[in-house]
Amino acid sequence: MSDELSAPKPGCEQVLLVQAELDGELDAAPAAALEAHRAGCAICQAARADLLRTRTLLRGEPYEATPDAMRVRVMARLRQAAPRGRPAPVRGRRWVLPSIGGFGLGAVCAAALAFLVVLPRRNDFADAVVASHIRALQPGHLEDVVSTDQHTVKPWFDGRIDFAPPVRDFAAEGFPLKGGRLDYLDGRPVAALVYQRDKHLIDVYVWPAGGATPRLAGAAAIQGYNVVHWTADGMNFWTVSDLERNQLDNFAALWRKTP
Amino acid sequence: MLPHLDAAYNLARWLMRDSEAAEDVLQEAMVRALTYFAGFKGINPRAWLLQIVRNTAYGSMALNRGVETVPIAEDGDDGAGAELVAADDDPETALLRARGSQQVRALVAALPVELRETLVLREFEELSYKEIAEATQTPIGTVMSRLWRARQLLARAAEAEGLA
Repeated sequence: MSDELSAPKPGCEQVLLVQAELDGELDAAPAAALEAHRAGCAICQAARADLLRTRTLLRGEPYEATPDAMRVRVMARLRQAAPRGRPAPVRGRRWVLPSIGGFGLGAVCAAALAFLVVLPRRNDFADAVVASHIRALQPGHLEDVVSTDQHTVKPWFDGRIDFAPPVRDFAAEGFPLKGGRLDYLDGRPVAALVYQRDKHLIDVYVWPAGGATPRLAGAAAIQGYNVVHWTADGMNFWTVSDLERNQLDNFAALWRKTP
Repeated sequence: MLPHLDAAYNLARWLMRDSEAAEDVLQEAMVRALTYFAGFKGINPRAWLLQIVRNTAYGSMALNRGVETVPIAEDGDDGAGAELVAADDDPETALLRARGSQQVRALVAALPVELRETLVLREFEELSYKEIAEATQTPIGTVMSRLWRARQLLARAAEAEGLA
C-alpha cells in the first residue's frame, strides 16, 4: 500500500475533520472553525469534493433485502436453536415483519419473536435467570460435570468458584440430579445444578446471598417458565424449569427442608 | 433482532463476498444473537447485531482457507497508520483487478476487509463513528482513518473507471 493512499495526509491535518463534518460527526463550534480553515485550504476543499463524489457514488447502491428463501431458512434455524415446544407469549412490543410470507411461518415467528424482540429495557433479574436457563438448554450447554452423584458434583465446583454450593440428590423423590455447571448471574459466577423430572429439566442457581441481590417475591412465570426463589443458609437459590408450578414448588420445598 | 435481519444480511454479504458463505455467517450470527440477547445491555440493538455478524464473519474467514485473514494490527499512537495489507495482495492491485467489472459494488468488494467493513457500516448501515468503533472493536481514530482510506481508494478507482 503506498503512502499517499495509506495515510490521511495529503498535506493537511484537517481532512479527517472535513470527513467528520460530512458524516455529521462534528459539533457546531468545530464545524464553524473548520469552515473558516477550509476557505483558505485548497487541500481541504479538494478533499471535500472528493468525499462528496464518493458519497454520491455509494448512495446510488441499492440496499438488498434478505432473499425470502434465506429468511425462511434462518427462521427455521432459529426455531431449532430456541427451546422446544413452547409457544411462548410475546412480551413487550411486537414487530411487524412485512416480507415474511407463506409456509405457515406464524408459529415459528411467534416463538422466535418471543426471544428476539423482548426489549432489553424490561429485563429484570428473573428474566435473566430464565434467559440463562434457556441458553443452557441448547445442546451441549447444560452440564459441565455430568453425574448423578452429589459427591462428584459438589467437589467439581472446588477451585472453580469461591464458595461451596450445597448439592443434594432428590432421586428418591423423583428429581434425580443430572450434573452441574458454572454460570454467570448477578454479575458473578454462580453454581448451576441440573435436575430432571420426567422430560423436564430443572436448573438451580446457587450463590452466596449478598447485599444487593435482586429479590423476587417467591415465584414468577416468565415466557412459560416457572421461577422460584428463596434464600437459605446465606445462599441465594433460584430455580427455573418448564415444570408445572406446583411440581416446581414441591421441588423447592424439598430443598428448603433438607438440611 | 429480526427487524435488523436485512442489515445483518447486507453486512454478511459485504464481508464474505459470497452468497453461500454469507448465509452461513448470517445463520450463525442470528443464533448467537438469540443466545446472547438476554445479556445485551447496550442502546443500539442493530449495532450490536452487526458486531456479532462481523465477529462471526471474521471467525469464518479464519476457518476457511485463510483467504481473508488480514490481521488487524493497530499501531495505537494516533490510530491513523494501522497496517492493513493482506499478505498476498494490496488494495491497489485488488482494485485494479476489479476494474473490469465497471461497478461500484465490485470496487467496494475489492477493498481490504477492514476498510470495507468500516465503509459499509458507515455508508450503508449509517452507523455513527462511535457505533462503528464498538462494532469493530476499533478506536474511533482508526475508524476515521480507515474511512478516509476506503473513500480515497474508492474515489481514485472510480476516477480510473470513469465512474466519477
